[in-house]
Amino acid sequence: MSEPRYVRRFSRTERSLHWVHASAFFVLLGSGLVLYLPSLATEVGRRPLVKDVHLLTAVAWILALAAVLVLGDRRGLRVTARELDVFDSDDRRWLLGGDAPQGRFNAGQKLNAALTAAFALLFAVSGALLWLGERDTRFRLDGSIVLHDVLTYASVALVAGHLYLAVIHPTTRHALRGITRGSVREDWAREHHAKWPTDAQ
Amino acid sequence: MRDEQRLGRAAFLGVTAVGLSSLLWGRSAWEATSRLVPSGVGAVLPQPTSGWRIYTVASTMPRIDPATYRLRVDGLVQQPVSLTLTDLRALPVAEHVSDFHCVTGWSVDDVRWTGVRVRDLLAGAGPLPSAGALAFVSAERPYVDSLTLEQALLPDVMLAWEMDARPLPRPHGGPLRLVVPAMYGYKSVKWVERVVVTREPVVGYWEERGYDQDAWVGRSNAA
Repeated sequence: MSEPRYVRRFSRTERSLHWVHASAFFVLLGSGLVLYLPSLATEVGRRPLVKDVHLLTAVAWILALAAVLVLGDRRGLRVTARELDVFDSDDRRWLLGGDAPQGRFNAGQKLNAALTAAFALLFAVSGALLWLGERDTRFRLDGSIVLHDVLTYASVALVAGHLYLAVIHPTTRHALRGITRGSVREDWAREHHAKWPTDAQ
Repeated sequence: MRDEQRLGRAAFLGVTAVGLSSLLWGRSAWEATSRLVPSGVGAVLPQPTSGWRIYTVASTMPRIDPATYRLRVDGLVQQPVSLTLTDLRALPVAEHVSDFHCVTGWSVDDVRWTGVRVRDLLAGAGPLPSAGALAFVSAERPYVDSLTLEQALLPDVMLAWEMDARPLPRPHGGPLRLVVPAMYGYKSVKWVERVVVTREPVVGYWEERGYDQDAWVGRSNAA
């Protein structure tokens, strides 16, 4: 038996962005549900404290993302962003359920990235408006609360699917190694990401 | 590769544009669609603009034993009184159905409240001629809010011990809360344990933080 060969999939910068975002998401979700669900709000109480946790986590989340962008490999991120942006005819066939060879990111991962980025921006904007609106009525827009809530439902669904594929689903869960340790098995990469030029890595 | 399309950017910009514009139309759209949803669903999941949210300001929610509960009415009155829930129930019972509006943007329609009108409660203590306002003190310190005497004597302003024909639940201010249907919810003080008759309205918890003293729904807080 030969040792499996590994290829690098995610840089340190990319992994840092992922884990900053993921850990902030779960703290914000937990504290947010306590603020939102009547049963949890009653059980836990301490609303001012939970609110502080929610707000400070949001601020820390944005600062940490900014810090990774400032300190990290921005050139690499630009290349990655371009990969995520561009869909070719294979990607479109894949999205329609066809079997088509995929690059470093499959079309679903590209869509997930676009949605996650948009949700993050909208969460930040609607959350800031809710926070400012408590102090100054000029910031109290009609739709802030609905937007923040709908984003919660939508992102929980997105994250649930993401977790299923990353942790449970047998053929895809090897991808978890890529985002924790940076590399994945070469044979797995060839099978799932046939167009990814692994030799160049 | 040929026929590349920048769909990632398009998806990001599209979702962001829809989301940002929904700040203006999201609430009406949600209200329109939630009318189509069977009412049973709303009981399971709290919906963004219909369904209660439980707001508290202290670190623990008051837990009050209805058996030993007393409501004190004092201040500028001829006769300060202390009333049990049984005493309160012996007063003329009031009941009405109204919509509850929170200033942060959510509402609950058609809530049935049962209790005693503030005007009937006050009759027992007898406000002095100098009385001009009422302060409603919550067991949840330091929450307090106030109404002018004129506002408090409106026929639909009551201290309620039942909500939707059931004893007022603790998260909603049980055993007794104020209900002021014409004003935003922060005026409807929960866990009321004392009513103080004053000359002028005292500055309430949220008024101290910039909210309007006269919290008329749709006509205050820059609504």
